[in-house]
Amino acid sequence: MTRATTQRRPGLSRRLPYLLLAPAVLLELLIHIVPMLVGIWMSFVKLTKFFIANWSAAPWAGFGNYRLAVDVDNAVGAGLLKSFGVTIAFSLITLAISWGLGMAAAVALQPPFRGRSVVRTLFLVPYALPAYAGILTWNFMLQRDTGAVNHVLVDNLGLTSDRPFWLIGGNALASLITVAVWKLWPFAFLTLMAGLQSIPRDIYEAASVDGAGSIRQWRNITLPSLRPVNLVLVLVLFLWTFSDFNTPYVLFGTGQPPAGDLITFHIYNASFLTWNFGSGAAMSVLLLIFLMIVTGAYLLITGRRSRRA
Amino acid sequence: MGREPASGSRRRLDGTRESDVRLRSLVAAAAVSALGISLVACGGSDSGGSDGGSGGGDQTLTYWASNQGTSLDNDKEVLTPVLQKFTQETGIKVNLEVIGWNDLQTRIQTAITSGQSPDVVNIGNTWAASLQATEAFLPFDGDAMSAIGGKDKFVPTALATGGKEGTDPTSVPLYGLAYGLYYNKAMFAAAGLQPPKTWEEMVTAAQKLTIPAKKQWGMALAAGSYTENVHFAFINGAQNGADWFDAQGKPTFTSDGNVQGVLRYLDLMQKDKVANPSNAQYDNGTKSVNDFATKKVAMVINQNNADSSIVANGMKVGEYGVVPFPSPSGGKQVASHVAGINLSIFKNTKNKDAALKFVKYMTDAPTQTTLGKPFASLPVLKDAKPVFTTDAAEAAIFQEVYNKMSKPLPLVPAEDQFESTVGKAMNAMFAKIATGGTVSAEDVKTALKTAEDQVAASS
Repeated sequence: MTRATTQRRPGLSRRLPYLLLAPAVLLELLIHIVPMLVGIWMSFVKLTKFFIANWSAAPWAGFGNYRLAVDVDNAVGAGLLKSFGVTIAFSLITLAISWGLGMAAAVALQPPFRGRSVVRTLFLVPYALPAYAGILTWNFMLQRDTGAVNHVLVDNLGLTSDRPFWLIGGNALASLITVAVWKLWPFAFLTLMAGLQSIPRDIYEAASVDGAGSIRQWRNITLPSLRPVNLVLVLVLFLWTFSDFNTPYVLFGTGQPPAGDLITFHIYNASFLTWNFGSGAAMSVLLLIFLMIVTGAYLLITGRRSRRA
Repeated sequence: MGREPASGSRRRLDGTRESDVRLRSLVAAAAVSALGISLVACGGSDSGGSDGGSGGGDQTLTYWASNQGTSLDNDKEVLTPVLQKFTQETGIKVNLEVIGWNDLQTRIQTAITSGQSPDVVNIGNTWAASLQATEAFLPFDGDAMSAIGGKDKFVPTALATGGKEGTDPTSVPLYGLAYGLYYNKAMFAAAGLQPPKTWEEMVTAAQKLTIPAKKQWGMALAAGSYTENVHFAFINGAQNGADWFDAQGKPTFTSDGNVQGVLRYLDLMQKDKVANPSNAQYDNGTKSVNDFATKKVAMVINQNNADSSIVANGMKVGEYGVVPFPSPSGGKQVASHVAGINLSIFKNTKNKDAALKFVKYMTDAPTQTTLGKPFASLPVLKDAKPVFTTDAAEAAIFQEVYNKMSKPLPLVPAEDQFESTVGKAMNAMFAKIATGGTVSAEDVKTALKTAEDQVAASS
């Protein structure tokens, strides 16, 4: 009896962790790994409209799709490069503003006061709204003739005599950044607010006894204490912004302007407008490689710094 | 770790190593999942609900209809009784979904790619050759054609849009459409103007009728709609005697006739200033038609299905007239492409016979007559009379344009790419003009060269 249990136990306990992990591994394979591998395969074949009904018949393209994507003398490559530049600018600006707003709001709402929870809730509203509904509302507000933005700027305040366009032409990038920040900053706020809760109040009290002002306190106490939070937050914000698809897709519809030509949307168009899914997949893989390099470099640099600290 | 809750300073002093490892794995996990999401999101946005239960024995067809009426809901209202009648006659149920023009092509692509397709689908007839090339659609060969009533029932030019020349078509005509120049009779009379016969007359009239004080413009253009824009690129090029593809199916976008044709159309906003710059944001034809119907503009160029929207917005038959979209003097008399909607059956349908019955029903004379009015379409059947308007002169003009002044869009597999690349290029050029920039002939040529490269890259 006792021997039987001791014999059975090692086998079960060896297998149990794997059994418990199996569903997660299976889902991970299905949801992430397999589509990624299919995407990589697609990038090496000529998957045009002649073959989309029967993928297996698509001829091998080797690196042809990649060569096209990086050949900046060609319209396709040049378009991709331009879109990449727009996306970098868009991501960095959106990231900086979202983080700044989130930090400012989190610090401002740290000391208790009446109505604090109401304001906190209010700030989180954009995050709680369904993305499509929110962006669509922005689309209405940014219309040239009927939009609320021009109504306020031109009709009520009389700032310009000409009604500016917001969704086409040069202003499109500013509109896109505004909407993306509106959507993103509550997440930064929420994360930083949670981070602030773990900093004990007595450090601040000690600091003010020593005569440190609020800016000094922020720089020397708040910022270093939030470092672990910020490390994750900045990276996640960057990756989300860089691969944002919904915002340009819903905001611009089919008429996306060159100034708001974000790379994910660009790739979508390259695939779906010209029915060349092989070329689109090659661009996606290049995007993945770029983001992996950025992430790797980021982890390396931040990792080294904290070891030195 | 500590027995007491770790204080901030303690953590920084003694916890660096451990929390750092934890932190880095957390960052890495977050990064990996975000990266994965980005690639998966790029891989394809599968629009849900593509299969509406085309399950075997219960004889239910899934039918994707295009937006022909004044709205998606209006289409549903119009089609529902027609489909109910079909169910009564045959016992076959039809699951209807109406899809807007901005989504239809992508939905069809997704359906082809995934194999999760409806049984029967409306297509823009200009896509016929491109969709035929995917081999996802049922060819109407001898048997299939006779099952839907034989090819002799159709107007030959309409049936010719069904696929590449010399092949079994993979679509058959459902609704015929043609462009016309709609004008507001009262505005023309007040200004002492006659309906224009040439492009120059049209521009002169439009300039006279552009009255900033009354916030009235000569014309409305769907200048942000790539599907509309590309039609005008085609028609204006054709008026100059230019073609967009050569005999081998290679793009010839940058020929002089095409460049000048595109520029002529852009100049309505740029040089002639007869269209509101806001039109650059009009991403479908309904918006420009609504401006006409609500009497904000004097003219609009649209296909004859505009009638339903014009009347729905309160303008009465008789308040507007129609003439063929004019060519410049000395140009070719091309006033439209052979426009229209075709009906296709997906090859992988499990209900082939039912689908054929349905196509026959939709293209038979009684159904055509029922739908001709609400969808304001021209008949695709021989010997049928237009029923979309009570204005006999209007009906005659559209019939004339459709039968004699229309040129088919190129029936080549790359046609759809021509539409998207050239149409999008026109969107961008209109946007540039609207926001104060200038577009020269050289700029047009560069834009068309880019479009040509894009098409060449994927063929």
